[in-house]
Amino acid sequence: MASSWSRRSLSRAQNSAQELTQLGIRALRERLARREVSALEVARAHLDRIEALDDRTVRSLITVTREHAEEQAHKADARLKEGDNAPLLGIPMILKDVLTTRGIPTTAGSKILERFKPIEDGTITRRLAEAGTILLGKANMDEFAMGSSTENSGFFPTRNPWDLDCVPGGSSGGSAAAVGAEFAAFALGTDTGGSIRQPGALCGVVGLKPTYGRVSRYGLIAFASSLDQIGPLTRSVEDAALVMNAIAGYDPCDSTSLQAPVPDYTASLSSEPDLQGMRLALPREYFNVEGVEPGVDVAMKAAIKHLERLGAKLEEVSLPHTRYGLATYYLIAPAECSANLARYDGVKYSLSVREPGAGLWDVYENSRGLGFGREVKRRIILGTYALSSGYYDAYYLKAQKVRTLIKQDFDTVFSRFDAVVGPTSPNVAFALGAKTKDPLAMYLNDLFTIPTSLAGLPGISVPAGMVDGLPVGLQIIGKALDEATVLRIAHAYEQSTEWHTLRSPVAQMSAVTAR
Amino acid sequence: MSSPSEKYEAVIGLECHVQLATRSKMFCGCPADYAGSEPNTHVCPICLGMPGVLPVMNRTAVEYTLMTGLALNADIPEATKFDRKNYPYPDLVKGYQISQYDLPLVKGGFVEITVEDETRKVQLERVHLEEDTGKLTHVSGGSLVDFNRSGVPLMEMVTRPDLNTPAEARAYLRKLRAILRTLGVSGADMEKGQLRCDVNVSLRPKGETRLGTKVEVKNLNSFRSVQRALEYEIERQAAALDAGQTIPQETRGWLEDRGVTVSQRSKEEAHDYRYFAEPDLPPVFVDQSWLTTLRARLPELPDARRARYMTAFALGAADADALSTDQWAARLFEDTVAAGADAKKAANWIQNDVGRLHDSGTDGHAFDATHLAELIRLVDDGVIGISAARQVLPTVFESGRSPRTVVDELGLAQVSDSSALEAAVRDVLAANEAAVQDYRAGKLTAINFLKGQVMKATRGKANPAIAEDLLKQLLA
Repeated sequence: MASSWSRRSLSRAQNSAQELTQLGIRALRERLARREVSALEVARAHLDRIEALDDRTVRSLITVTREHAEEQAHKADARLKEGDNAPLLGIPMILKDVLTTRGIPTTAGSKILERFKPIEDGTITRRLAEAGTILLGKANMDEFAMGSSTENSGFFPTRNPWDLDCVPGGSSGGSAAAVGAEFAAFALGTDTGGSIRQPGALCGVVGLKPTYGRVSRYGLIAFASSLDQIGPLTRSVEDAALVMNAIAGYDPCDSTSLQAPVPDYTASLSSEPDLQGMRLALPREYFNVEGVEPGVDVAMKAAIKHLERLGAKLEEVSLPHTRYGLATYYLIAPAECSANLARYDGVKYSLSVREPGAGLWDVYENSRGLGFGREVKRRIILGTYALSSGYYDAYYLKAQKVRTLIKQDFDTVFSRFDAVVGPTSPNVAFALGAKTKDPLAMYLNDLFTIPTSLAGLPGISVPAGMVDGLPVGLQIIGKALDEATVLRIAHAYEQSTEWHTLRSPVAQMSAVTAR
Repeated sequence: MSSPSEKYEAVIGLECHVQLATRSKMFCGCPADYAGSEPNTHVCPICLGMPGVLPVMNRTAVEYTLMTGLALNADIPEATKFDRKNYPYPDLVKGYQISQYDLPLVKGGFVEITVEDETRKVQLERVHLEEDTGKLTHVSGGSLVDFNRSGVPLMEMVTRPDLNTPAEARAYLRKLRAILRTLGVSGADMEKGQLRCDVNVSLRPKGETRLGTKVEVKNLNSFRSVQRALEYEIERQAAALDAGQTIPQETRGWLEDRGVTVSQRSKEEAHDYRYFAEPDLPPVFVDQSWLTTLRARLPELPDARRARYMTAFALGAADADALSTDQWAARLFEDTVAAGADAKKAANWIQNDVGRLHDSGTDGHAFDATHLAELIRLVDDGVIGISAARQVLPTVFESGRSPRTVVDELGLAQVSDSSALEAAVRDVLAANEAAVQDYRAGKLTAINFLKGQVMKATRGKANPAIAEDLLKQLLA
């Protein structure tokens, strides 16, 4: 695909547009600051690329917001003209469609919200707008963030930019695929049990799930309130740090957001890849276990050797309750979702199926029956059951207790280590349809990301190898609120390896020749 | 049918919902006072439960609940949390209500009531905080929903099954309202829906210790309807038991106009609310220093006030109880006494003529204690009689003008000058020959009739004492 276009045949403007979409945040920002290019040109280069390629390749976006983006770009240019040097000013980005945007459809990937236009921006949407970023569109996702392949989207599946026959992971598959396809400098996803990190790994991009409470959830359409977190999907660790600088921090509108001060996350990134003195834990439950693909295992062993070469001290540890993570998660998250999704009742803003003579319960049942997909229904039923009188103690309450044990596993390890490392996902991207018939096989994708979510800890996935042309992700898990260390380790690894420089086949496609 | 009071004992429990008089709603910034507003004008994405929104706790609502707990001598646990109560209904925006399940803000406590000169404590189970729902109005062809009420802070106060008579239930509600109003935490007006009450009532043979099957009665909109519904329900259940029937556990609705309760739903349809801890709100920890601060903010409560009225003002128990349980009456009473009026006389005026005007909804905002004290002084000084005083009160109450001015304008000042009264007395004597003869024949009470005629002839202005003196002189 990459060879199908000739650099020489392009006009200067086209060449420039092609180049612009290849740049990460830092590089783009420098060009904007030097006024070599305007925010509007940057936005249009990306929008043109999306319009030329998205539909026929990955299908990462549910909504493209060209008009809104051009409007924001004009404002950014005015600010740039005044010498404003805000770090994300003029940077094009994509939001997962679970983040509310005023006047712009926000579907959460569900038919039931197909026509929903929020009347206000969420906190993070607003913060990013104030930071001067340009919203290009809203990314596809598994319905209500429930899934690991984006095949549960109520609209269409998204594909992997490395292989269009494969899934991009999920639930933030649209965001990860868009970054992997170079449709935007960065995207935001949300992570409840691995929904940023796993698609990050499968699409060969960086995905960071911050500490629970680090980033405001106000404006994030809830799946499981005690687990949901917003985080960046980027092309580099440094870009992830830059986005974190803009989105992290206390929000009085979110009572679960943390009041801790926000460091400059780029400050912890050293220019020399050096992990001297860093103590890294290798949980034996994350290695050599059933279900991990051999290729992933090989890549992990190489990654560990590399971390050692950088000076880190690695030691095997145990997180003994890891094996209960999946069961625990699939009680707590569905329980919370069974309440969170109760508001979509066909009475208010959601899809409403009202047949002549239908009573209230008919409206409830028909609207929800038609509006929700199979996986969402499965989880609502699971959660309702787990909370029901007579079952609560055996399921929900027990799951809460195990959640505490899982947290304690990490506490114990973090008393001696700076971070935990392991694979992000037991497998690389798989073929569309390969796991849709088997929910349990699908759930296993999040085996190594779920415990972190249950413990509320930050975790990042960085590109760390390839298996048959598909990326592998290395997961680095940190202490609560210690995103800085996680980013520092990830950055050192990234800067001393080549994996992040690989571009997906879709990324290498030209918007010009695509037409 | 024998009277139920002979054979059975009623066991009554009350569950009250109290809207808190906070400025904003429980979890958002919308104004909590929606009275008189157009439907759906006090709403925002949060109280409409739009996707993506989150609740933020109203600290004042928590403090009002804690102050109520302190006023009830209740236990305030150190740690408390909010829970989701799940049930679908169109007036419940999120499909769950944020409420409290196993860790309420307030546990136990009591309210002291006086019924027929007997004072006792009504024990409370708990007080918790939750959000109110929207309001449905059913019209032909459908239903309308108004979310102005959605998210208004609501305190649920549950008694133990600790009351035995409808009169006790009414006394409890009256005292509860007094406490809430004194604290300033709620308007506690049943007609306005600020205080809503459901009752549970069961009967058991006297002497039996086990509880009978309870029936819940809803749709009670006034103290009077609570009392009437309980009276009806006790009679109904007694008759059923006498007829050998069993009482099914059910919820019944009170129909005010027909004066009956009717079955609404049976226990089989009871909900499983699937409570679980609200993940969007952190637990609340109530430390001693917070409680100390709140305790310092407590005003004098009705019980303490009643005791003070009895000792400091020598009021009887009935007067003291009536005045101390009404915030308006208590303030007027104390101010009137402070303005120099006799306490007993002030108490009488406030409970009778002034109270009636106030209760009738007459606008008396310009009326204050100085007016009442002046009115009492005019009577004490003999400037006007009691009937003239009652005649001027409504004008004073509505206009806020001085009683003296109104008395002068209406020419109601008493005539105490005997020379001015003499002509009237002579006319009365001339026109009532029979009474004069009775008196002279030794029937001395006839003078009262003659005095009444003098008062009538002078349109109440004659000073009764002077008139009587004059009559005696002229009859001698």
